[in-house]
Amino acid sequence: MASGERDVSEVALKGASAPLAVSSSRAAVLKRLRLTDAIFHGLTRGASLAVLALLSGVIIALIIGAAPALGTFGFGFLFDESWNPVTERFGALAPIFGTLVTSFIAMLIAVPVGLMVAFFLTELCPKMLRRPIGIAIELLAGIPSIIYGIWGLFVFAPFLQQHVQPLFIDTFQNVPVLSILFAGPPYGIGMFTAGLILAIMVLPFVTSISRDVFDAVPPVLKEAAYGVGCTTWEVFRYVVLPFTRVGVIGGFMLGLGRALGETMAVTFVIGNAHHVSASLFAPGTTISASIANEFTEAVGDLYTSSLIALGLILFFITFIVLAIARYMLLRLQRQGK
Amino acid sequence: MHFAKIALTTAALALSPAAAYAIDISGAGATFPYPIYAKWADSYKKETGNGLNYQSIGSGGGIKQIKAKTVTFGATDAPLTGKDLEESGLVQFPMVMGSVTPVVNLEGVKPGELTLDGPTLAQIYLGQIKSWDDAAIVKLNPNLKLPKQAIVPVRRSDGSGTTYNFAYYLAEVSPDWKTKVGVSTALQWPVGIGAKGNEGVAGNVAQTKGSIGYVEYAYAKENKMIFTKMINKAGKAVAPGSDSVQSAAASADWNSVPGFGVILANQPGDQSWPMAAATWILMYKKPEKSAEAAEALKFFAWAYAKGGAMADSLDYVPMPQKVVTDIMKMWSADIKDASGKPLYSPTN
Repeated sequence: MASGERDVSEVALKGASAPLAVSSSRAAVLKRLRLTDAIFHGLTRGASLAVLALLSGVIIALIIGAAPALGTFGFGFLFDESWNPVTERFGALAPIFGTLVTSFIAMLIAVPVGLMVAFFLTELCPKMLRRPIGIAIELLAGIPSIIYGIWGLFVFAPFLQQHVQPLFIDTFQNVPVLSILFAGPPYGIGMFTAGLILAIMVLPFVTSISRDVFDAVPPVLKEAAYGVGCTTWEVFRYVVLPFTRVGVIGGFMLGLGRALGETMAVTFVIGNAHHVSASLFAPGTTISASIANEFTEAVGDLYTSSLIALGLILFFITFIVLAIARYMLLRLQRQGK
Repeated sequence: MHFAKIALTTAALALSPAAAYAIDISGAGATFPYPIYAKWADSYKKETGNGLNYQSIGSGGGIKQIKAKTVTFGATDAPLTGKDLEESGLVQFPMVMGSVTPVVNLEGVKPGELTLDGPTLAQIYLGQIKSWDDAAIVKLNPNLKLPKQAIVPVRRSDGSGTTYNFAYYLAEVSPDWKTKVGVSTALQWPVGIGAKGNEGVAGNVAQTKGSIGYVEYAYAKENKMIFTKMINKAGKAVAPGSDSVQSAAASADWNSVPGFGVILANQPGDQSWPMAAATWILMYKKPEKSAEAAEALKFFAWAYAKGGAMADSLDYVPMPQKVVTDIMKMWSADIKDASGKPLYSPTN
């Protein structure tokens, strides 16, 4: 390739001085260039098609694998809480519920905290602190999820069981809705703990993307806002956020994608129980945790097929999340115009 | 340089007489006996030059692999039924035993101090007994000061032979358990939190105050967990361990079920541990690769004869001699090569 490039420049130079003598070799060079270009085209197209083929291959494999379960249980599979390997009756309600609830808790905590951290880092932080905090956030993203799981089980869950959960249970004992959300007994392990761990895992995604887009806000906008007497909060709320909402939503969706699919850390601390409970302190399960736990020892076709059907459902949930994100971005762009 | 050295060594190994005859036996299945199978294989290789490659992929996986004929033998903690064995042309025999042991995490309670019985254990896992100061537990432990603390039942989240043996025992002693939950390697648990593997249950119990779990005895011992005593069928309180398992194995009628598939739960005998458990080997009656099957049988015979002390050191319990004799008789009678010649004879 390198020699090819040199040829081109030589030809170009010579071409300027002696057009006729080199025209035949120039045609040859151009032909070669066209050929390499065609090959490059082909390769890029091939790579893209391979992705499409992989994606459809995965979907088809999931659908074929899930067919026995979906055929047996029908639509009821989505709304059935029971998961009984003895009688071979399976339903996906508990894993779907657990997946959505833990991801919701994670986003509820990670998004405000992440946005605040990002804003602090870009606007308010002394230069000296900016790098250490930034690096710490990035390191948080680099920790393997199994480490979060082990830390969650050995450190975080016992702490929650002995100090935080009894406090919540006692405090909200007589408050109407909260008494159900935070009902005992304190296990330490459960959907609440899983949600918190997920929040910590999602935080760096939200933070680093928001920080990058906040950095891209033209200083003149912010300075003008401060100039007319805006408070820091007003600058954040009415200048920075509207300007960067597309990027912020992108970071939000990336985080949500991670929260929905996270397996190892969650399976350590969620309790892996196929139950739908109103209490956040109760053990639950998520789709990916169920699959990771049970696939190796799933005996019988219906059991295996039900687990694959869970995978298919997770696929659809992620797909819907992405679709909603796209739609929101489109609407925002239209409003912007 | 380095590569050349490796190549030379390999060549030398290939030429050496011991390696020339070595046949690698392959097996797959239950995770529970993996440590002892690995130890046996290691010693056997040193003694005979023949290797054993065992993959601990789980009992369910072991059954799948042997039925797909990718391995010489499968291993399972939950025995196949006589009908299933018949249909697939397999034989089954127990290799080694262990026990399932309840473990607890209770302030001020030391290993072996707490005593439980089967019905109480079943009620705890059914969610009917919710607190440690429940009358049923207090009655069994008049000398212990039990706290008013919520019980956190911990159980396996993955399918497991340990769960199978545990559930089998609970179904034996509690009609409620039999109808509401049943027996399998994975269950629909009414209450409690699930953890993956023996080590997961052990870890969760160690971290959660007021919890109870069930693990293989070896795990409880290695991790110095607070195991409980159990009231057995004879009404006596016994501690888990090699003696009480041997007592249970001696009391069992091994020939009552095809393929020696006796679950050692709730066996009679004053000393018997109520949740003793065996683990089984699965092989074809007419294996396609008869040379490898014959080697596998030699290995098993060696393990029965010489592996007892090694099993003991890892907290497994060797099979009683009487059962081993019956198993070898079955080998000679049932496992044959294509020409109908038995693959095992006691003399070689």
